[in-house]
Amino acid sequence: MKINCKQASRLISDALDRPLSKTEYLRLRIHLFLCGNCSEFSRQLQLLQLAARKAGRGE
Amino acid sequence: MITPELIEAERPYLFRYALAQLRDRQAADEVVQETLLAALESCSSFAGKSAPRTWLTSILRFKLIDALRRKSREVLTESFEDTLDDSDIDALFDASGHWQHAISEWSGPEQELVAKQFWEVFERCSQVMPRRTAMAFVMREVIGMEIADICNNLGITATNCSVLLYRARMSLRECFEIRWLGGGAT
Repeated sequence: MKINCKQASRLISDALDRPLSKTEYLRLRIHLFLCGNCSEFSRQLQLLQLAARKAGRGE
Repeated sequence: MITPELIEAERPYLFRYALAQLRDRQAADEVVQETLLAALESCSSFAGKSAPRTWLTSILRFKLIDALRRKSREVLTESFEDTLDDSDIDALFDASGHWQHAISEWSGPEQELVAKQFWEVFERCSQVMPRRTAMAFVMREVIGMEIADICNNLGITATNCSVLLYRARMSLRECFEIRWLGGGAT
């Protein structure tokens, strides 16, 4: 089953907090492979998380 | 060697840091006082391996976690409105669930820059977030708490928690984007 960007963006966020199920993981990977917007979105959320943690440590 | 003057000099930074997370001047002032006191009392144990700011921030973090726990008890009595309203997220996608606007690449600003501007952007951005949403974000992303712990503190389920974090991340990402695209890279 295909997922859309809205569903993908939610999984991208969830993946920062919990391991995805196998199905979720595969759907997301396929979507990311095909979707430049979501790939960039994913990169940005990871960047934000790293930045927040860095800021949290006072660096 | 760390001196009371060096500690005092970091007060504005610490206050801003605490205020961004607690959004309550009085509570922020309190944790900063507690931190300064704890720092002064343990001056001699400062090994000088890290910068004074990093050392002070690590003390402040412990005080903040306590303060956030106290505050989350207040939030518990508020309604769950912020977990139910999806309109902010819906607005970002079209009817078929595709992005309304293309996600433009963040080519210039890399991690260092995002981290450097983090408090400034977060401070402004979190003003428009519902309280519980902003708190969930701070607990997770800034403090690095586990999801189960956050759920306990905010009195919400894991699913609700992931919705709040999703919403906070979406909104913060937008705030940064507006900054990069709108205001230039300052």
